[in-house]
Amino acid sequence: MQPALRAIYTIWYREFIRFIRERSRLIGMIGQPLLYLLIVGQGISAAMGFRGVPANIPVNYVQFMYPGILGMSVLFTSIFSGVSIIWDREFGFLKEVLVAPVPRWATALGKALGGSTVAIVQAAIMLFLAPFVKVPLTPMMILQLLGTLFLISLALTFFGIAIASRMETMEGFQMIMNFLIMPLFFLSGAIFPMTNLPGWMNFLMKIDPLTYGVDALRRLTYAGADPRVLEFLVHYSLGFDLTVIAAMVLVMGVLGSWSFSRQE
Amino acid sequence: MAVIEVQNLVKRFNDLEAVAGVTFSVEEGEIFGFLGPNGAGKSTTIKMLCTLLKPTAGRLTLAGFDVAREPDAVRRSIGLVFQDNSLDDRLTAEENLYLHGLLYGLSRAAIKEKMVEVLAMVDLADRRRDIVRTFSGGMRRRLEIARGLLHHPRVLFLDEPTVGLDPQTRSAIWQHIHRLRREKNITIFMTTHYMDEAENCDRIAIIDHGRIQALDTPDNLKRQLGGDVVTLTTIDDSRLQQEIAGRYGVRVIKDEEGLRLQVSDGATFIPRVAADFGGQINSISLRRPTLDDVFLNLTGRAIREEKPSVASLMRLNRRHGRRRH
Repeated sequence: MQPALRAIYTIWYREFIRFIRERSRLIGMIGQPLLYLLIVGQGISAAMGFRGVPANIPVNYVQFMYPGILGMSVLFTSIFSGVSIIWDREFGFLKEVLVAPVPRWATALGKALGGSTVAIVQAAIMLFLAPFVKVPLTPMMILQLLGTLFLISLALTFFGIAIASRMETMEGFQMIMNFLIMPLFFLSGAIFPMTNLPGWMNFLMKIDPLTYGVDALRRLTYAGADPRVLEFLVHYSLGFDLTVIAAMVLVMGVLGSWSFSRQE
Repeated sequence: MAVIEVQNLVKRFNDLEAVAGVTFSVEEGEIFGFLGPNGAGKSTTIKMLCTLLKPTAGRLTLAGFDVAREPDAVRRSIGLVFQDNSLDDRLTAEENLYLHGLLYGLSRAAIKEKMVEVLAMVDLADRRRDIVRTFSGGMRRRLEIARGLLHHPRVLFLDEPTVGLDPQTRSAIWQHIHRLRREKNITIFMTTHYMDEAENCDRIAIIDHGRIQALDTPDNLKRQLGGDVVTLTTIDDSRLQQEIAGRYGVRVIKDEEGLRLQVSDGATFIPRVAADFGGQINSISLRRPTLDDVFLNLTGRAIREEKPSVASLMRLNRRHGRRRH
């Protein structure tokens, strides 16, 4: 096997065994989106009307939120996987990989693929919940959703790797969480629609790349629904969304691999 | 045949010259000790040998490969055991070895076969399916040595292989090292803070201020120092340090044990100093020079004064803190 392929496979495989072994991580990572969907979603829709929905359109708040929660699950898992190289550095394993006769960019790619695999397994579990929130999905739709989620996850894991390569210790992780990841999530349109908002917020949402990921997920989830539902829920064309996602994969891939290769 | 050759190696970090022209060679099958105080250029030299750092100037060859031009070939020829743990402690011993084998391009069959061999060599065959987290410090170190050997390296680098281990484990590790050399003729390049362990090396290089200060067998180094070491405790070390140095024309070193001096014939020196400074001396002891004395003489510092760095202490604390949760 080529050294690069070897590294990609080895690092991916390691992520995978660790994931399988750490059941608590799996439960924790599914627990959070579930909490949002079942408690926050139900609570908000019980307390407040879903403003701005045109009359006679059959869509409730939880249905609106569901694709956003898929995006959230992938966001947290991916960034966390990428940032986990700080732990690898702190507890040693990274050194073993850095002195091995393999290219570093391949190590970063292996890590990103490993993180995306984990994120996809979790997203697949979330997809089982679709019938409970009255979102009908066909196998084809599930495949399209998983493919899109995989691309989003790849970009985000690389983003996490880029952050971690510049961070000395894990103390900074809380900062990253509060000032980067939560804003990315809140501004992505995952939990409220991009309508009736102040101009500055609308602007921030437009520059949040995750907005286009969530938009694509929403379109794929409601592909079979009433066209008026789609018109209300989705703002961009699928082609545009996927172009933004692909660009994100490319930019983050280069940035992540480059940052990772540069560290001593 | 020399397996490591270093010629006029220089490494500068901005204004600081960490390694200032180092030349030495290590023979195949040798146990080579690399000693020096913290900040002497020891780690920088090792990092350059392991391809982790690019030299500013000089030539490095390892197992016949040029370290600067063929780093991957060099990496395949060396095994590394770091001072800090570099195992994945959530995986089993076998999984750690398996991942290492994959990274170094071994076939699955070759990994399986080698794995049995190296695990038996470090007496961990019965623990091979256990998660590394449950291993003691000595077991982890042995597993790291096993891992470093998995891909048939010509040279094994051991950075402080016994630091933080209890005496029994330390001697077990040394038995493994000697066995390796005997059975595989593997070259071992190591650093250590324990001078009694440095005695196990075939040759020792002492580095300070970025230069090799001495390079020879432990016996020759001690012989070159010559004579005996006399240690005095006195009522006023600072004053007597100068008076004794002035009267006999010898170098007197003051440390927490008292005053220490090298003399050619200790047995005749003791009555003289006792007569000359009677009443001011509390005790006199006499012994043959050790490697500690050689090190002290060359670097002006005792190696055992070296404390772990603050960073590594913090890391240890954090590790303990994490385990408690």
